[in-house]
Amino acid sequence: MTMKLLVIGNGMVGHKLLEELAQRQPPGLDITVLCEESRPAYDRVHLSEFFSGKSAEDLSLVRPGFFEQSGIQLRLAARAVHIDRQQKRVTTADGEVIAYDKAVLATGSKPFVPPIPGNSRAGCFVYRTIDDLLAMQQWGARSKLGVVIGGGLLGLECAKALRDLGLETHVVEFAPRLMAVQVDDIGGQILRRKIEELGVTVHTGKSTQEIVDGETAHHRMKFADGSYLDADMIVFSAGIRPRDELARACELGVGERGGIHVDNYCRTRDWDVYAIGECAYWGGKTFGLVAPGYDMARVVAAHLSALLERKHALELPEFAGADMSTKLKLMGVDVASIGDAHGTTPGSRSYQFSDERRQIYKKLVVSGDGKRLLGGVLVGDASEYGTLLQMMLNGIELPDEPEFLILPSSDGKAKPALGADALPASAQICSCNNVSKGQLCEAVAAGATSMGALKAATKAGTTCGGCVPLVTLVMKAQMKRQGLAVDNHLCEHFAYSRQELYHLVRVERIRHFDELIARHGKGLGCDICKPAVASILASCWNEFVLQKEHASLQDSNDYFLANIQKDGSYSVVPRMPGGEVTPEGLIAVGAIAKKYRLYTKITGGQRVDMFGARLEQLPSIWEELIDAGFESGHAYGKALRTVKSCVGSSWCRYGVQDSLGTAIDLENRYKGLRSPHKLKMAVSGCTRECAEAQGKDVGVIATERGWNLYVCGNGGMKPRHAELLAGDLDTPTLIQYIDRFLMFYIRTADRLQRTSVWRDNLEGGLDYLKEVIVHDKLGIAAELEAEMQHIVSTYECEWKKAVTDPQARKRFQHFVNSRQSDGNVVFVPERGQIRPATPDEKRRPRIPASVVTE
Amino acid sequence: MEDRVTATGWTIVCELEDIVPDTGVCALVDDQQVAVFRVGEQQLYAIDNFDPNANACVLSRGLVGSVGERVVVASPIYKQHFDLRTGECLEAPEHSVQAWQVKLEGGHVLLGQPQR
Ligand code: SRM
Ligand SMILES: Cc1cc2nc3c(=O)[nH]c(=O)nc-3n(C[C@H](O)[C@H](O)[C@H](O)COP(=O)(O)OP(=O)(O)OC[C@H]3O[C@@H](n4cnc5c(N)ncnc54)[C@H](O)[C@@H]3O)c2cc1C
Ligand code: SF4
Ligand code: FES
Repeated sequence: MTMKLLVIGNGMVGHKLLEELAQRQPPGLDITVLCEESRPAYDRVHLSEFFSGKSAEDLSLVRPGFFEQSGIQLRLAARAVHIDRQQKRVTTADGEVIAYDKAVLATGSKPFVPPIPGNSRAGCFVYRTIDDLLAMQQWGARSKLGVVIGGGLLGLECAKALRDLGLETHVVEFAPRLMAVQVDDIGGQILRRKIEELGVTVHTGKSTQEIVDGETAHHRMKFADGSYLDADMIVFSAGIRPRDELARACELGVGERGGIHVDNYCRTRDWDVYAIGECAYWGGKTFGLVAPGYDMARVVAAHLSALLERKHALELPEFAGADMSTKLKLMGVDVASIGDAHGTTPGSRSYQFSDERRQIYKKLVVSGDGKRLLGGVLVGDASEYGTLLQMMLNGIELPDEPEFLILPSSDGKAKPALGADALPASAQICSCNNVSKGQLCEAVAAGATSMGALKAATKAGTTCGGCVPLVTLVMKAQMKRQGLAVDNHLCEHFAYSRQELYHLVRVERIRHFDELIARHGKGLGCDICKPAVASILASCWNEFVLQKEHASLQDSNDYFLANIQKDGSYSVVPRMPGGEVTPEGLIAVGAIAKKYRLYTKITGGQRVDMFGARLEQLPSIWEELIDAGFESGHAYGKALRTVKSCVGSSWCRYGVQDSLGTAIDLENRYKGLRSPHKLKMAVSGCTRECAEAQGKDVGVIATERGWNLYVCGNGGMKPRHAELLAGDLDTPTLIQYIDRFLMFYIRTADRLQRTSVWRDNLEGGLDYLKEVIVHDKLGIAAELEAEMQHIVSTYECEWKKAVTDPQARKRFQHFVNSRQSDGNVVFVPERGQIRPATPDEKRRPRIPASVVTE
Repeated sequence: MEDRVTATGWTIVCELEDIVPDTGVCALVDDQQVAVFRVGEQQLYAIDNFDPNANACVLSRGLVGSVGERVVVASPIYKQHFDLRTGECLEAPEHSVQAWQVKLEGGHVLLGQPQR
């Protein structure tokens, strides 16, 4: 039997159906897809990222070759306009007639535009498709002020988009609060304050009567209360309506507020026509989220396959509704709504917590008997979302005082999260991909014991990513249960943690990798253990990293003492301690960059970076830098990077100590120090903190009486404020404490663990750290200081050694058998400098460039 | 050193001492870039120098190691591993590269043809 399947709509859900069918490969299926848009399915959920840098291709959901390989006929820019259910034929806008055996409506929704006079003026938009966004972008380029009508979830996302376009942004909401559907009054107020702080003006309780020509801008919006607002562009985001027009016209039965009636198999009243996704109406409602749509797609794929394979329909999956809880980050503000957020269940009780200073609001709705969680709202901090959601979905019994689930604990420790063991095997952990705890555990048992492997095996965590923390928890718990120690072994070659290896190296005075692997490891080593051991050896004995025995351990960056760039060229960063540089120094750097045609830029670390050096140029560039008085900046190493300074008491009218002098001294003291990860420091001359010391691994802030020492701060991926370790120190004590702190970190941290993460995992926390560093509780302070002293007194500039060591220098050529340069490294001009050519540009005829080496 | 082509079609690209043990170098043979690795004292391997994941000629600069029984190099750009015997890319097999014939003769390192 063959079956002609016609899918109308190639949006997120329609495409999921195609993928499911392609995977099942039922016999005899012939699929045609009508796609109204000019491009096949893309990720609407992440649509807004189009304005923060993603291209249409990045958003595509179509694997390369998908349609060709699965033999699906895709008609782009083809809209269905009529369904003839008697003849089983669909007509398109172009007049093409397509016959079907089964049809699936996956037509999604359209934005609702309120019937306001003037709503279709040029410069009025909706926010649903990439084409909508392209149009907004074009108009936005000529606009200053943009307004979003609608303060719901999508409206706020749209406001972010307008801000990303660089517009002054306003949100106009009819209801008295933002996100009226998801959050309650107080939550709405806190959300509003947060959003306003981000520079978006919010107007609530405003109903737009009319849009006419404006005076100071293109449009004027007139409100019911007599006020008005002038704007260059207006975006409607006042809700969505299911696209059920085809179904209405062929009398398929629709809900009172729209949506095509379907049963548990997503069949309409005509069993040859299914409806899935946002256009479907099931159990009295429609579903404006992607996860329920994906569920429907799976149900229909299974149903169609069963028909083709003539399987009995009893064991088939059915659509059973969906939980509409959501967690979002709107303009950087966490917002979550769970279950019955408004407490409409009869007899329910609620608990609320709000912190006006930190702008956090949390609410729990529990059943009358206090045993079950019914819903909740989280604004400003949604870290409990995963736990609360699972408690609600699985009906887990609440503790006696459920308020503690949302109250911050007084000792600052994290609240006990819901243990993975408390969840039943049926608990759905990843809603986007419908993966249960049981499935995760099975995959772990079958060998998926890393997050990468588990994602590949189950797809959990691959869509919105919101479930990843919980998936990790389940994985670890299952591994523990299987007796698979969640080990911290460095890699397959060493059954030791970094900390243990460090200890072995120290105690057994091991100086070379070969010795260590022969005694304590196996195999050849790899790109994980080799650089880690190289770093340990350098922290302990400080021998030249390019010395014969250490050379092959170094990560490429350390091996060539420079950072490799995407095209295989390198960057060159000379040290400028404290960010101080003389005019002569600057001129020398400029002259060298000019001579070798390098791209120059001031880094975020107060120094100059030169990019685009070819491997063979590095030694001569460095020779010239060394002649001009510069040293290696260790930008390539897991080592001290920079000590950021402010001008302090020497120049600044507020400075109370010589922050610049101290920054330079610190940088000179710790330069070259190899550590588990890179180290950054800063010294500020007063509490205004212009050097941003509280964002560094080691931060020093001047006080009237000396220095305050902060530790374990971090910028980067997960910013963390540094904490005060000791206050009002004199300079010798400051240095003593930093010596101890750094060596203690080097001894005990994991590989590639910044001080911030190390500190978060340190048992006993800050108090323990103070005990060790300030009060010498372990009696190791003198030892730590002596170890640091050894490093400080054996410092040598690596580049100086490299350029004078003929063995090391020999390695800096691209070819072992030719003096030519790498022809694949090609630059093109941009803004008066060079940048790497794109693959496209490389394919075009090249402009010959001369390369300066010696 | 200039490369010399022997009568049998092998090209001498360098001396064994030119390669630091457990590292690689890049040789130019007929306009092709080949990464040649010395593992331990004597063992030689050769694969393309071009890393298709990064579109850059960098594999000779990667770290040499083992994954189970396989001897591999990790690309210095995004760290995918390539099997030195076959050129197979472990993380992205569609981005595998060619392996080359290579041998040691009287202290010289000789490159042959790509192995198909
Ligand atoms: C050049 C520079 C950006 C710039 O144009 O200004 C830069 C460039 C790189 N950064 Fe950075 N970072 C630079 C300042 C920063 C800063 C700002 C600062 O230091 O004040 C931060 C945030 C502060 C912090 O680290 O706490 C920063 C956070 C990172 C991170 C995230 C670290 C984290 O803990 O989350 C990485 C990734 C990593 O290290 O794993 C990174 C990694 C990199 C790498 C090494 C990525 C790579 O492997 O190719 C870049 C190579 C630089 C090169 O080739 O020279 N870079 N990077 C800055 C060099 C400063 C310098 O003079 O040495
Ligand atoms: C900006 C934005 C952010 C969002 N964020 C989230 C989020 O964080 N989480 C979440 O779960 N959901 C989110 N959503 C909702 C999510 O995108 C939708 O639930 C999902 O796309 C629904 O899929 P669908 O296939 O039903 O509809 P759609 O993806 O809208 O696809 C329907 C397709 O059918 C086409 N079509 C309609 N009629 C016809 C016809 N007659 N002939 C041919 N083709 C037709 C349409 O042009 C469209 O391409 C967001 C939506 C937007 C717009
Ligand atoms: S922190 Fe700011 S105000 Fe204070 S000394 Fe430095 S520059 Fe001056
Ligand atoms: S819940 Fe979205 S990826 Fe798992």
